[in-house]
Amino acid sequence: MIQVEGLSKRYGRTLAVDNITFGAGRGEILGFLGPNGAGKTTTMRVLTCFLPPTSGTARVAGYDVLAQPLEVKRRTGYLPELPPLYPEMRVAEYLAFVGRIKGVVKQKLAARVSDVIEKCALKEVRTTLLGRLSRGYRQRVGLAQAIIHEPQILVLDEPTAGLDPKQIIETRGLIKGLGGDHTIILSSHILSEVQATCQRVIIINAGRLVAVDTPENLTARLQGHATVYLQAEGPAEQVREKLERVAGVVAVKPHGPPDGRPAFEIEVAKGRDVRAELARAVVHGGWPLLELRTMGLSLEEIFLQLTREEQEASPVEDAPKGKQKEAVQ
Amino acid sequence: MRNILTIARKELKTYFTSPIAYIVLAIGGVIFGFFFYSALAFFVQRGMEMEMYGRGTPMNVNEYVVRPLLLNLSVISLFLVPMITMRLYAEEKRSGTIELLLTSPVRDLELVLGKLLAAFLLFGGLLLVALINLSLLFFFGNADWKPLLAGLLGLALLGTAFLSLGMLLSTFTSNQIVAGSLTFGLFLMLWVADWVSSYSGTTVGQVASYISVTTHIENFAKGVIDLRDVVYYLSVIFLGVFLTHRSLESLRWRS
Ligand SMILES: Nc1ncnc2c1ncn2[C@@H]1O[C@H](COP(=O)(O)OP(=O)(O)OP(=O)(O)O)[C@@H](O)[C@H]1O
Ligand SMILES: [Mg+2]
Repeated sequence: MIQVEGLSKRYGRTLAVDNITFGAGRGEILGFLGPNGAGKTTTMRVLTCFLPPTSGTARVAGYDVLAQPLEVKRRTGYLPELPPLYPEMRVAEYLAFVGRIKGVVKQKLAARVSDVIEKCALKEVRTTLLGRLSRGYRQRVGLAQAIIHEPQILVLDEPTAGLDPKQIIETRGLIKGLGGDHTIILSSHILSEVQATCQRVIIINAGRLVAVDTPENLTARLQGHATVYLQAEGPAEQVREKLERVAGVVAVKPHGPPDGRPAFEIEVAKGRDVRAELARAVVHGGWPLLELRTMGLSLEEIFLQLTREEQEASPVEDAPKGKQKEAVQ
Repeated sequence: MRNILTIARKELKTYFTSPIAYIVLAIGGVIFGFFFYSALAFFVQRGMEMEMYGRGTPMNVNEYVVRPLLLNLSVISLFLVPMITMRLYAEEKRSGTIELLLTSPVRDLELVLGKLLAAFLLFGGLLLVALINLSLLFFFGNADWKPLLAGLLGLALLGTAFLSLGMLLSTFTSNQIVAGSLTFGLFLMLWVADWVSSYSGTTVGQVASYISVTTHIENFAKGVIDLRDVVYYLSVIFLGVFLTHRSLESLRWRS
């Protein structure tokens, strides 16, 4: 359904997307994960024919985005980062307008509008002016306009941004439900979000593809690197020595300037949970244990982790990744 | 074709839900009404004077009322068209809705024509207001309607030419005020080109006279449809539409 090969996009001097290759099959939900400025929105804009690629090709539903943009646009629904709403229109009226320009035939228009109003839970705001909607409702209207013409492909740029927790769950459900017959690409900053909805995850950072994998594999790959945060009351050096001796501990690093009590980041070997042993070791030494918890990996850490992994696998790398390695150490 | 109408409908709707349409029509109506009143008062006064002294040829309503009013209307458009066109693209760019339009299966040309059509219809509303005023001359006077029709055709052409240029300038920025000011400045320059032409009888003068959007309305106002004037306006309209189309395209490549 979607084939992207060697795609690059340059804005003047900034290279926003750098030689990305990926694909998505029919009915697949693909997650696009990356920090701010990674190039997610840019890639999506190329896929929806809003921006032309600088180099490389993108084919959507079998049509090239440069050669046959109209065919691509007919088959694609797009929720941009900012829902594209006209503040002076009312919800149902706006959806009808979008339906018309997306090519929904006249006879089906009314049915389609009530269908998406139903699906996106917009009944109570049918006749509200778009300019008066709250952030979450705007997002829902944005989602509704993306699916009004029953596109084969859905491109959703941060679909759950600005929604309340209940809505996030409902939206995820909606997206999953659409997944059966639509191919969906969605972007996010949040790993767990992508885990919850997507069958495959693409991680990009600074315009480069870092990893493509299923969420399960990705988590497994990352879990091994989990770090444990531990704070105890006692002499730093002795506590550290004791902790290092626990089986399964790879490294113990001091964590920030302690307030008189030493704190550590403890790197644990793949696939082991040594929290109980750590606690026992501290208590056994006669020091009060103040805090013990696993540190969740932030998105940034995931990228660093993954890029580091890549380098370990293939030490001969090009310059930009070398730089990242420096940043890590 | 359906897309053009859909876009035009949406634009018209926006004109009439935001106060722009009412402001344009009200300002246009008041100013035109004022001109109409003074032209008519002047005409009636002169007519009575003439009757009293019993000399001179009878005065023609078309020449003394309709013609100057049509010329006034062209100057009024100069001020009102920027208000009509400034938001056409600038607002879509600012609010991000341009992303919806440009990712919909609508050709860029359909988008341009749809927007121009809506702007033209609003401008047509302005002409209609003027026409309602002028129709009094038919009820209570003996005006000739043919020159009036020629004049309205000329104004429609002039208006569309103005609109297409204003629309072009609106694609250059995401700020309505900037778009409006640019448009107004351009129109003023085109208007001034008219004065330059009357000062110098040289080639410069002739060129300036040809370029000036307003000189070409004079024949129409007299009731004369000259092919050269029609061609002039049509080429300005074509140029405006063409460049707007290109500008949309480059919007994607540049951004
Ligand atoms: N119109 C533009 N002109 C110039 N540079 C741009 C433009 N849009 C984006 N960029 C740059 O391209 C890079 C990628 O931006 P993009 O918006 O694709 O990131 P993103 O992954 O969507 O980030 P976010 O998570 O913040 O939405 C950034 O460095 C950004 O500064
Ligand atoms: Mg983005």
